[in-house]
This record gives sequence, C-alpha cells and structure tokens, in this order.
Amino acid sequence: MHNKSVAELSRELESGKISSVELTQQFLDRLKQEDGKYNSFITITEEQALADAKAADEKRAAGKASAWTGVPFAHKDIFCTNGVRTTCGSKMLENFVPPYDATVTEKFRQAGAVCLGKTNMDEFAMGSSNESSYFGAVTNPWGLSTGQKRVPGGSSGGSAAAVAARLVPAATATDTGGSIRQPAALCGVTGLKPTYGRVSRYGMIAFASSLDQGGTMARTAEDNALMLNVMAGFDPKDSTSIDRAVPDYTATLNEPLKGLKIGLPKEYFSDQLSPAMEEQVLNAVKEYEKLGATVKEVSLPNAKLAIAAYYVIAPAEASANLSRFDGVRYGYRCEDPKDLMDMYTRTRAEGFGAEVKRRILVGTYALSHGYYDAYYLKAQKVRRLIQQDFANAFKEVDVLMSPTSPSPAFVQGEKTNDPVTMYLEDIFTIAINLAGLPAMSVPAGFVDGLPVGLQIIGDHFAEARLLNAAHQFQQVTDWHQREPE
Amino acid sequence: MSISREDIEKVAVLARIKVDDEQVSALEKDLGNILDLVDQLSAADTDSVEPMAHPLDAVQRLRPDEVTETNQRDAFQAIAPATEDGLYLVPKVIE
Amino acid sequence: MQWDIVIGLEIHVQLATRTKIFSGSSTAYGAEPNTQANAVDLAMPGTLPVPNENAFRYAVMFGLAVNAEIGRRSMFERKNYFYPDLPKGYQTTQLEQPIVGPGYVDVDLANGETKRIRIHHAHLEEDAGKSLHEDYHGMSGIDLNRAGTPLIEVVTEPDMNSAEEAVAFARKLHSLVTSLGICDGDMSQGSMRFDVNISLKPKGSDQLGTRTETKNLNSFRFMEQAIAHEVERQMDILEDGGRIVQETRLYNGDRDESRSMRTKEEANDYRYFPCPDLLPVVIDDDFIEDARSRLPELPDARKARFKEQYGLNDYDAGLLSGDAKLAAFFEEAAEHGKDAKLAANWIQGEFSARLKAEEKSVAESPITGAQLGDLVVRIADNTVSSAGAKKVFEALWTGENDNVDAIIDAKGLKQVSDTGALEAMVDEVLAGMPDQVAQYQNEEDPKKRKKMLGGFMGPLMKASKGQGNPKLFNEILVKKLGG
Repeated sequence: MHNKSVAELSRELESGKISSVELTQQFLDRLKQEDGKYNSFITITEEQALADAKAADEKRAAGKASAWTGVPFAHKDIFCTNGVRTTCGSKMLENFVPPYDATVTEKFRQAGAVCLGKTNMDEFAMGSSNESSYFGAVTNPWGLSTGQKRVPGGSSGGSAAAVAARLVPAATATDTGGSIRQPAALCGVTGLKPTYGRVSRYGMIAFASSLDQGGTMARTAEDNALMLNVMAGFDPKDSTSIDRAVPDYTATLNEPLKGLKIGLPKEYFSDQLSPAMEEQVLNAVKEYEKLGATVKEVSLPNAKLAIAAYYVIAPAEASANLSRFDGVRYGYRCEDPKDLMDMYTRTRAEGFGAEVKRRILVGTYALSHGYYDAYYLKAQKVRRLIQQDFANAFKEVDVLMSPTSPSPAFVQGEKTNDPVTMYLEDIFTIAINLAGLPAMSVPAGFVDGLPVGLQIIGDHFAEARLLNAAHQFQQVTDWHQREPE
Repeated sequence: MSISREDIEKVAVLARIKVDDEQVSALEKDLGNILDLVDQLSAADTDSVEPMAHPLDAVQRLRPDEVTETNQRDAFQAIAPATEDGLYLVPKVIE
Repeated sequence: MQWDIVIGLEIHVQLATRTKIFSGSSTAYGAEPNTQANAVDLAMPGTLPVPNENAFRYAVMFGLAVNAEIGRRSMFERKNYFYPDLPKGYQTTQLEQPIVGPGYVDVDLANGETKRIRIHHAHLEEDAGKSLHEDYHGMSGIDLNRAGTPLIEVVTEPDMNSAEEAVAFARKLHSLVTSLGICDGDMSQGSMRFDVNISLKPKGSDQLGTRTETKNLNSFRFMEQAIAHEVERQMDILEDGGRIVQETRLYNGDRDESRSMRTKEEANDYRYFPCPDLLPVVIDDDFIEDARSRLPELPDARKARFKEQYGLNDYDAGLLSGDAKLAAFFEEAAEHGKDAKLAANWIQGEFSARLKAEEKSVAESPITGAQLGDLVVRIADNTVSSAGAKKVFEALWTGENDNVDAIIDAKGLKQVSDTGALEAMVDEVLAGMPDQVAQYQNEEDPKKRKKMLGGFMGPLMKASKGQGNPKLFNEILVKKLGG
C-alpha cells in the first residue's frame, strides 16, 4: 500500500478493499518503524489519526466521501493544528499547542484526510538543508548506500524525505525561496509552489510574508493536483489571498502538450551548473519536444540579482514577523529573567537557533536608520525588475524550464559553516518567489544515483498548466516512481 | 561591505537578542559575507523603478465591522508562560 | 526677554467601531482582562490582519469634516519596537501614505477671534494594550483587550501660540469627533489622548526653537496645566542661558511636575517598512460620497442653527452646540420645555454643575432632556417657583420619581396662583402689620419702598405654607399698598 499514490489509495478506499482505519494503521506502523532513519517527523499523532480514520470510514459508509476521505498524509510543522503541537522546527515553539487551525489544516480536515503528524523542517523555514531544525537534521532517503548521510534539502525537508521514503503519500509544504522545490528535487519527488495568494497563509507561521506560499508535495503530479484542489482558494482571513475561482486541477492533466512553448532562461544554464546536471535537465526538455512542445532560449537579465534582493527582503520581513516570539504570551521564556530586557534578550537568544538569529539581525540592520534606502528600498526596486523580466518572457513562451537546484543532495554538514554557500542552493528558485509565480519541481533523472529535479515555471495562476505539463512528462518517464533502496 | 562590532551590538539590542563577544566575532564574519552578497544590488540601475512591496498588483479588501470573535481566554492562557487573574505576567514594566 | 510659544498637537482618537482595526474582536470598554484579546490580537503565530471597513469610513468622515484631502491610496507600515503591551513587536500604522491629508479646523477663541489651525495629516493605526503596574509578586500584568482598537492620530501644524489656543483647539476637535459619532469622546477612559509639542522662540523670531513632547495627556485641564508647566520650565532654562533638550516628557497632573522619558539620542530606531500582510487601500469616489452622506450636522453649523432656531445668544449657542450629546440633550429639553432660553439656563446652571460635581458625562446623566423640558414647562407656567424647581430637579436626579408633575404633587410644591385666595392672605397679613404698612406708605424713595416690600413677603410665604406664587403676591401687595 505504501507505494500507492493518493489517487490509487482513494480508489482502494472507494472500492472498499481496505478501510481508512486499516490503511492508517499500516502507514503509522511503517512510519514508526522507518522514521528513525530519516527523522522526517517531529510529531506523530497516532491517536488522532486513528480517530480521524474511523470518522472517515463512517463518512464513506454514509456516502459522503470525497477523493481525500480517509487518505493519510502529513502537514509540515509550520501549519497550525488545533490541539496538536506546532513547533516550526524551533525550540521557541517546542511546547506550543495552538488552540486554532491554519486555513490549510481546516481544509484538509473538511476533506476528511487523515493527518499522521507534523513533518520536520528548517527552523522557521530558514534553510536549504533541514539542518537548522531544533529537532535534528533530516536524512535524505537517497544515497544512504554510499555510507554518507545526505541532506533532503529545505526548508520542507521532512515532507520531502517522508514522501520519498513512502512514509506518507503526500505532505503539505511551504516555499519562501525554494523550500518546496529544492527538497522535492533533492528527494526525487514532485512539488508545487503555487502563485502567491493562491493558498491561504492564515495559520501558516510566517517567515517572509510577501514571499511565503503554502504548497504541495507528493510523488506524482496528479497527487499534487489533488492536494491543490483542497488547498487553493480565497480566504477572508488572509488579506493577500486572491479572490479567484479555483479550477479542478485534475481536469486538465491529460490535455496534450502539442504546441506548448517552452523557454529556457540562458542565465539558468550557466557555469554554476555541473555538466551532468545540465545533461539531465536538457534530456527532460527533449522529452517535452517529443510530446510536441517547442523550445527557445529566453533571457532573465536581472535574475542574477535575485539572491541579493531576496536576502534583504526576506530577512527584513522576518525580523518583524519573528518579534512576536518574546516570551510574553506563548512559547519559550528564559528561566528567571532579572528584568524585562533580560527576559526579551535571553528568551530570544536561547529560543532561536543560529541561522534564525543571523537573519533577524541582517533584516534589522537592513531596515535600520541610514540603511533603509540602500538595502530595503533598493531590493524592492530590483524585485520589480526581476518580475518584469518574467513578464517579458511570458509574452513569448508558456512555461520556463530550468534545473531546480545547482547540484544534487549534498552531504550533511558540508555547507553549514558558510551561510552564503548555503544560500546559493536557491539560485534557480528564489526569483520565482520574488515575482510571485507558480513553479514545480519534477523528478527528471539521476546524477551519481541522486535525484535531479526539473523546474517548470508558469505565469501567475498557471498551476493547471504546470500540473498538466508535469503529468504528461510523468506518463512517458518513470523518474518519479523510482524508490530509494 | 563590512559590519562593525558596534553595529552588530546595536542591532542585537534593537532585535532583543543577547549576544556574547564570541558570537559577535562569528556574526561579524557571517553578516559581513551576507552583506557582501547583498551589495550586488548596488550595481543595478533602478533610477526610474517603482519599489515593489507585493508580488501581485492587488488592492486591500475591507472587513465588515461585525464581532466574529468570542472570549477564548482560557484556551489562550493555557499556553502562556505566566498568567494571573487573567493577565499575562512579565518582569516589571517601567516607563 | 519676551518669548513666543509655539505649540503643535498630536491627538490619538479611539474610533467607536464595534470591532478592532484588524480583527473581529469586540472593542467594548470595561471587559474582564484579555477576554477581548483573540488570536489575531494576541499575535498568535500564523495569524493575519484584515482591516475594518468602518475604521476607514470613520477616518474619511473625519477627513471630510476637517476639510482635508482624502488619501485615495493609503498604505500600512510596521513600526518596530518591543513592549509587553505590543503583541506583534510592531505597531501597524501609516507613515508614507496616510488616509487623511492636509486640512484645517477653525477655532473660536475667548476674545471673539477665530483662528485657523492646520492639520498636517491624520493616519490610522492600532492601539496597544495596557500594562498594569500593580504588583504581582514583583511583576507587571498585561491586559490586551485594548490592543488593536482603531485609532486615528491627528497631527497638527505648530499653529497654536498659547495654552488657551491649544485647549480651544482640543475642545473643538473633541466636539467634532463626538458630533461625527466616530469617537465616544470619553477622555477618562482614554478615548482621546493628547501629545503636546512645545517650543519657545524669541518674540517675533521666525526661527523655531528646540521642542519637547509631553505625552499622554487625557484631560483638557491637565493639558492646560502641562503646557503652562512646560512653558515655564523652558523659559527658566532659556533665561538662564541654557539649552532645551529635544526629548519626550511625562507630565504628572496630580503633582504638577514632569520628567524626561527619553531624549532624542535614546529614541528608538523604529525601522518602519511597508506591512507585507496588508495591501494598498484604495478609496474610490463611491466610498467618499457614502462617508459624506453619513456626516451629521457639525458644531459650526449647529451653533448657527441654535442662534437662529432657538434665539440663543452667541455664547449660549457656542456652549450648547459643541458637544453632540449635550446639544441633543438641549434640543430635547427645548422641545419639551417650549422655552429654549430657560432650558439653556437650566442646562448651563443646575444640570452642568451637577454633572461636574459627580464627574458624569451627559450620557451618564440620570435625567433626560425630556424630563428637564417638562420641568421648564412648569417653571414657565408658574406651577413651581425656582426654589421648588430645584427640589423637583433633585428628585429627578436621585431617581426618587421620574415624573415632574407627580413630584410637584407629592412634595406639595405647587404654587398657589388663585388670585382670590392670595388676596385674602395679603389682606390678613397687612391687617396684622399696621406699623409697617404705614411706614411703607410714608416712604418716598421707590428704591427703599421696593426693599420694604420684601418685609411682607416672609409672613406671606409663611401664611401660604410656602406655596403662594411670589410673583403674584408681589403684584397684589403693590396694588393693595397703593403703588
């Protein structure tokens, strides 16, 4: 059962061959047995999952089931879950049990899906290797046979590893600079970061508000479509949520790709990319040509500035977003504060990890008196230039394709000493967040036995087209079906 | 661009994060490297460019002025570090 | 040396919306601590702000009332600082593009002149919670019910030159926002709070001096005292050849003293930047016209109408038109009482004195305008004497009875106005006081005669058990005594 997709599990449940309680128990048993190797979960909610499974079976018996009723999955531990600990990978929230649900959480509840627990992540979603989690690093299920533990990517590394290791068929994730796509690529699964505003951010713990977007992770494009069907939609509780009709993303998966115009941004095929990676990505593009697509080179001249702009905007927003973690109303408070200042400074020094503190300090600096124009305002202007580059490209082509990451999964500890080297992991993904565009990572081959991801970028609200392109690719390739040994 | 120890200490106070001398040294190097990366921005010609705060060109919706929330103090204070008589307790606030 | 005083004000006006500016929590005053602080107000992780339409409507109404430009596209910024009563660690406010642009208010001064005070802008922002400094084992308690209450902060140009002008402006603004119904105006509950910027410059100089800001004054009296205090403090320093330090000061009204809160050097670096959780608010013509259609009669127009409609003089009309609730009370009393001038006198006399003595607002008055009007009717038609009317007022106020006529009956306050009965009493009293009658009739001086008349009134009132109409007694006396 653990190798089946959400779509397949849904059909099994529908046919009555298995109940949700049985299915959930199977997944829970496997999860408890296997996750010691990966550390992909922070919290497993066995009791709640079985209760939800029972309710799902009753719902199905009453003829009120939808595609998700009784299907197991997991939430990234950034989505608030009523009554279930939500840590965001931080000591600061080690014991935080929210009395409310994120909108995304609520939507999965209403769909009758069975949440098995909360997946591990970089602390406050800041990282590209899942090594900044207070709850320990996550190990990539791929490459274990080499004897070295590799990173799953980040920040949604727990979700990616769990899906790759067949612990869950699907998991929610979030993406601020590549946090869905890069771990999806490094773990050989399929992930989608929707258009900014497509999925509600309410109850999703904020990192950088103008960049954060909740999204999907599963092995197949079809399952991503099923997830997005649940998650997408206007939310009156999120001012930046867009009031726009949500299509059935599964309805257009089988549209032929003939005539699809693909652009390859020349800046994304530079010398930062190893020849072996490039070969895999170009092979994938050739598959698209076989499916009837046409390919041309395009240019995103300001793309090279994306990392610089991002590392002003994201830390600046984060520095304010994380001020609420002050030890007053919830979360960690230091022992025996001697006065108010002491409470603040020790609570935050002890509650946050090194990378989070670095980013808060960078953001505070960029916004402080005398630097605002040179950093923050300048970054916002560059952000517009980057968005305009994409807008120009989409006048010529339907989608853009590129590698998702510059290299496959690296060994744990390799990049932890140098934050900037780690930041370059997101060199191909970050501009998409600045522009608010939707993009996917789709398994597209292997280098040295490690998965390679193809990034497909669409114009605003082009999720259906991206899912269609990914699904068609997955009809003629089997990279997404490969299983780590 | 480099960042001085004094700047780091000042910023750490603004951000309410306690840093010891050793951390300041490490931060001096790390933040310096990050700011070097960020300094690529200065090369961009942005003279006539409007700053962009949001990825989508949308305008704010306004909410009707209707009470939708009920008292949930017990639930919220159950997860608070210190409360008494319905108040959150903090070390003495001096104006 | 002679000095010019230069004063600018920043006024925080709490808007009378039902809910908070960014959440659906109630703003009702006086609830148990933290029972109106919900997920968004507490800055629970992942929660997001959604702005209240009425906060914008009220701000636009204010803008229209002060002749201001309305910000067609306004934005919210985050102002970053840590304080236990500020849950997010930043205040969501407006900096670059406020909802209300430049405008002005015309203020009537006691010397009869009218002075125009310019408004620099007014912006929307959220209020903070409250720190309670009572001792909780050496700790402070935080109540976040107020956190997120919508405010407009009104910022004036430094156009005022005396405490009197500043207070006149403040009163005018108070009357404006209460008339608009956008603020309950209750200063004791912090609904309006004033920050005063004060500087001095040598008389006639066009160079502004260094200013100080005195924060959080919540009564007109404190404001007047604080200004006087600060002007004197600055004058002392300057005349001793010293320099004024740019700083924020706190004034203690009970002790009439102030102290420095922080200097400019210590001022926080607030790191303002556009709030990424909120989008630009676009105010279109329809929104503005809708707000305009909701504007009630404003104090200036009301004052003119009171003069015209009720025949009040300028002074009375000014006093009664300023506060919307007082104006409504007066109109009700005048309508019921028929005699507007008499109603105005009673409101400014007995009624105001009583409110002041008990520190009550008009809204808290135990008597209604209609009741006072009923009493005015009975005064005007001679049913009660003015001494009797005060007893009726007392009974109404204490809630002894709510009907004017019933009180008059129960207390036997009805004046005897039956001329025949009164004449009989006069005859009887005069018959018993022949010497005084003779003395009166021999007196030539009308003034002295008038005075002597009073000597008969005592025995007459006694004879009538206090119920004789004194005016009629007087007329009869004059007639009987032969002029």
